[in-house]
Amino acid sequence: MKRFPIQKRTVALLAVLTPPLVLFVYAALRSGPLAPVPVTLAQIENKSISPALYGIGTVEARYTFKIGPIATGRLERLDVHVGEQVVAGQVLGTMDPVDLDDRIRAQDATLNRANALLDEAEARRAYAQKQARRYAQLLEARSSSEELAATKEQEFRIAEAVLNAAREEIVRVRAERAALNVQRDNLRLIAPVDGLVVARNVEPGTTVLVGQSVVEFIDPSSLWINVRFDQIHADGLVETLPAQIMLRSQGGRLRSGSVLRVEPLADSVTEETLAKVVFDVLPKPLPPVGELAEVTLELPLLPEAPVIPNAAIQRVGGKTGVWQVRDSKLRFTPIRLGAGDLNGQVQVTQGLVAGDQIVIYSEKALMPHSRVFVVDHVPGAAP
Amino acid sequence: MISLAGRDILHTWGKFVFTGAGLGLLIGVTLTMAGVYRGMVEDARVLLDNSRADLWVVQKDTLGPYAESSSLYDDIWRGIRGMPGVACAANVTYLTMQVRQGDRDVRAMVTGIAPGAAGTPGWPPYLVSGRQITRGHYEAVADIATGFKLGDRLQIRRNHYAVVGLTRRMVSSNGDPMVFVSLKDAQEAQFLKDNDAILQQRRRTAENPSWNRSSDPSVLDGAIASLGNNPYVNAVLVQVRPGNSPDDVASAIRKWKRLTVYTRSQMEGILVGKLIATSAKQIGMFLVILSVVSAAIVAFIIYTLTLGKIREIAVLKLIGTRNRTIASMVLQQSMALGAIGFVVGKITATFAAPYFPKYVLLEPMDSARGLVVVLFICLLSSTVAIRAALKVDPAEAIGG
Repeated sequence: MKRFPIQKRTVALLAVLTPPLVLFVYAALRSGPLAPVPVTLAQIENKSISPALYGIGTVEARYTFKIGPIATGRLERLDVHVGEQVVAGQVLGTMDPVDLDDRIRAQDATLNRANALLDEAEARRAYAQKQARRYAQLLEARSSSEELAATKEQEFRIAEAVLNAAREEIVRVRAERAALNVQRDNLRLIAPVDGLVVARNVEPGTTVLVGQSVVEFIDPSSLWINVRFDQIHADGLVETLPAQIMLRSQGGRLRSGSVLRVEPLADSVTEETLAKVVFDVLPKPLPPVGELAEVTLELPLLPEAPVIPNAAIQRVGGKTGVWQVRDSKLRFTPIRLGAGDLNGQVQVTQGLVAGDQIVIYSEKALMPHSRVFVVDHVPGAAP
Repeated sequence: MISLAGRDILHTWGKFVFTGAGLGLLIGVTLTMAGVYRGMVEDARVLLDNSRADLWVVQKDTLGPYAESSSLYDDIWRGIRGMPGVACAANVTYLTMQVRQGDRDVRAMVTGIAPGAAGTPGWPPYLVSGRQITRGHYEAVADIATGFKLGDRLQIRRNHYAVVGLTRRMVSSNGDPMVFVSLKDAQEAQFLKDNDAILQQRRRTAENPSWNRSSDPSVLDGAIASLGNNPYVNAVLVQVRPGNSPDDVASAIRKWKRLTVYTRSQMEGILVGKLIATSAKQIGMFLVILSVVSAAIVAFIIYTLTLGKIREIAVLKLIGTRNRTIASMVLQQSMALGAIGFVVGKITATFAAPYFPKYVLLEPMDSARGLVVVLFICLLSSTVAIRAALKVDPAEAIGG
């Protein structure tokens, strides 16, 4: 039998058909679910990390003074405006006295009347004393009856009692007058300390209720930040920790501060722990009260330990661990994690030692039977 | 023995290969269409896989959180965490919105993930670059399909977020890439109105005499303060302790917490059966049409190829070739055409798939099924051509 001749066109046909076949095999094996997963590996190093806490808060004034009347009344005058500095003792405004001045005048008249009554009582007493003394002498000379002398003695005692009553009446009226004076003084709204006016809540002519504030001012040197830390990331939050503060209006500019106190009461609704952070040096101009601030607290450096990036941490079957490649096969290694820092570095307390290789990034979720191949960086992701 | 089909193909191989390639492109489109359908189902599945939940606790009587909106108070997870058999419970929010970055904006599903560590339900299960979120605010992990890069600043509502990590194939059931941010930020983004609206809202509240009482001005402050709150999440993701049946835990939560709970299989049923059902049917319809068209085209091609060889077949008959040999020649050619078409189709589909805006999943089993269907169609269509070949009169070889 004649051998099948190898002709030119057979070669050409093979040349045309071979690349598609190769591509086909490649397509069938290297794409879709059967394809091996590109992963990147990294070697674990012993490193010392500095964990940090991150929270956001608002600028608040430690001391806010809300000045208002102690009795319901109408505001007569308010002399200060928002943004003005006030000094201790300064009169900020007054309440309308309404009938208070008239009552003070009436009280003055009452005092005068009481003085007149005192004079009268003194005169009566002096006369009654003389009469009593005279009748006592007459009784000794047996020129008067014992009864008359006793009557005069009683009249003297009564006049003395009336005098005492008149004296006490003056004390009472004076006290009432003083009380009215105090009330009159209290109509003036006076700043107890130096401060910066931040709110002018009502305008003159408005009726103000007891307890309602007319004007509010703060002590500008007492600005602090009320920071909220998620409870899950608040481990290690203590007083005097150094803080880095970034105000929302000054993006990127960091200011230093420290934790003044950690609030004993946490917010149970938002699951946050609260702390007060103060500036080392108050910014100038002062940040507005209520401005948002991001606060980062640096915790002390931890001793060296194996450190892995948090991107490597996986949870498989309820266990936390990392994937390792051994003899080109995947193996899940359960680990126990320690503290982590804000750059995503986490310490491993158990399960890995320095020098171990672990999978950091993968193109897909890994399974124990996944085929993998090691790359420098996952396709599509910049190195 | 000489292969008649082989000799014939070699004779006009250029025509044959090009016809096969043309057919291949058609098969490629059909395979891609199947891939688009599989991709949609896969999108729904990865959404469930990536959430790493065994159970979804949602608002009572809703199909949330993916197919319907659902809102729960954000402290309900504490009660669920205490139920027997629950290993882990975490709040989650989903909000599809335009995420701005510089001058452009990208449609993305912003997912709010509960604070914790990697591995908490809802967190991206793997990354391709960067790191997981460590700060409680203003950090984001984005899917690579958003086009964002590490270090980019995103704007969601009024806040800016730094992209700290990139992941891959984290998509919503619509195929929108996900952007993961912390739960508190996401709650705010979901509820926070623009500043103008907030101002108007305050004005409206102040105009309401029952809030703005002259006898007690502090009521208004309280009313305004309560406007900006959003104590809601869309679902609680629950992981079941190993050894407990998800169905038992689900029924306990349903019974005692009076909430709706879905297991993994129920959720898949909702997503695949309800959310993408219409689109899937649409694509299925198209797939059927494409198959019919492909079958018709293969039949026509084989038929015309055979008709072009009428004279040769007549000569074969004249020299006494058996009908079986002629039929097998036509059949072999048809099968070869199908094979070439399938190979070209598979290659085109594989290399074209990554360029589609949505995920196209080419499953090996689909390809195998495709091969069987292609060969079957070729077999069927060759019968027409075989009939024509067998009817040829040997006299035609010397006639005309």
